Amino acid sequence: MSIEAQSILNETFVLNLGPQHPATHGVLRVKLTMDGEYIMDADPVIGYGHRMHEKMGENRSYAKFLPNTGRMDYIAALFNGHGYVGAVERLAGITVPERAEYIRVITSELNRISSHLLWLGAFLVDLGGFTPLLYCFDDREQILDLLESVTGSRLTFCYYRFGGVSSDIDENFAAGTRTFISRLRSRMPMYDGFVTKNIIFRKRVEGIGPISAEVCRKYGATGPVIRGSGVAYDVRKSEPYSVYPKFNFDIPVYHECDSMARYKVRIEEMVQSMRIIEQALDTLPLGPVMAEKVPRTLKPAKGDCYYNVESARGSFGVRLVSDGSENAYRLKLRSPCFSNMSLFRECSAGMLLPDALALMGSLDLVIPDMDR
Amino acid sequence: MKAFLLKSKFEVIALQGIPAPVAGVETATAPLPLVIEMEHAARGTNLDVTVPAERVVDAAKILDDAKFMIEAITGVDWLADRQLEVVYDFTHAASGERVTVRTRISRDQPKLPTISHIYGGANWHERETHDFFGIIFTGHPQLIPLLLPEDARFHPLRKDFTA
Repeated sequence: MSIEAQSILNETFVLNLGPQHPATHGVLRVKLTMDGEYIMDADPVIGYGHRMHEKMGENRSYAKFLPNTGRMDYIAALFNGHGYVGAVERLAGITVPERAEYIRVITSELNRISSHLLWLGAFLVDLGGFTPLLYCFDDREQILDLLESVTGSRLTFCYYRFGGVSSDIDENFAAGTRTFISRLRSRMPMYDGFVTKNIIFRKRVEGIGPISAEVCRKYGATGPVIRGSGVAYDVRKSEPYSVYPKFNFDIPVYHECDSMARYKVRIEEMVQSMRIIEQALDTLPLGPVMAEKVPRTLKPAKGDCYYNVESARGSFGVRLVSDGSENAYRLKLRSPCFSNMSLFRECSAGMLLPDALALMGSLDLVIPDMDR
Repeated sequence: MKAFLLKSKFEVIALQGIPAPVAGVETATAPLPLVIEMEHAARGTNLDVTVPAERVVDAAKILDDAKFMIEAITGVDWLADRQLEVVYDFTHAASGERVTVRTRISRDQPKLPTISHIYGGANWHERETHDFFGIIFTGHPQLIPLLLPEDARFHPLRKDFTA
């Protein structure tokens, strides 16, 4: 702490938020310089959950790294897997069967809904409303059951393989997914009633935590954060991958730039994800779910490539450099939470502490994804 | 904004990295192409630019003027060449086009100017690259460990790092 911060004319104090704090949803520490209830400076101190996944990507074979992908953004683990297998497939020139791509889209979008439901519950707990969390977890549980039946795990999925997916989906999964979608559709008006129209909630988020489109661009903030700031940037549309171009869906965009806009984007995204899943189930082609002739030990050609996917939190990117051996020479994991959090210092200056916590909640941070 | 429209601008600064031919001295190898247009589907980028280390700030300015968004900054350790490569990834939100800017610096003197005054987000990416590779970004306002412990004196992604 500087002398200036302690001077009587400029009475500020330093407040340590975290690393163990319920509002930070994990081990995130923010060193706050406060003037009363107002934040003068907020310096995030991250890295408590750092496990050096990028090094692990270098010292083991491509296939052995697959389970790691589920342990970065564990709330939306399938997207990390998709980005990683996508990068390896791009470099190794593997073509994925169409049915496998459809299954990837279906499971990814289910994962997006489950991630947004968890966020919704946790965000409202941040703001002091406990009840919605219980409803959200009830709905999320249905998705976890569905994904467990096909992937074998409920949280840290490791389902995608180079050239496809590990197991095919069956009629039970398709029927269960349709039942879940009609159930969630019928519950959306309920969420709308007791969250979106709730005056206490709206007072906490409307006009609070503005993030301009320019700040998003300078900091590389993506996902619902940039779409809540009026920019229709979604990797599924701007750099189409997998079979997303085959489906009709809209990119929800709100121009208010506040926490409410980011909330609305995520709610609308769940509706759009349900649309995608239904179309994919309706047009699911028959065929294999794994590419033929994927070598057991994969050795992509020398070179590098970039592959990014639209995760539940934004653009998740993988930069892969191969030297032709069975281990990656360099694996860069671009986490959306890292970039989304980096704007917090600039955007929280001058805010009331409770409002800054609402802003932080609206960024939907997953700390192990940020720290990798 | 189309990425290839920036090609000529990048070519100007990329070429400045090549030393001017000295009269009477034959250069053995032809210069490598420094600004390459590529198929997005093949490499995940539309324009791949290699610039000399002291020109990264100018490259960032070109991209900032063209309203590109910063995606990531990272390093690659080329131990055999005694060089460190720094890779900057940029995206254009409206067109979805991507520009990759690369530069190589000596492994013994890993210094590079910061672009954090142009892109605020570069601050954390540069700190991370400093953690992992020990690259010093001159002019960076807060070049202290970000992900590694605050007393870390090692750079785990260097190829000669041993735990």
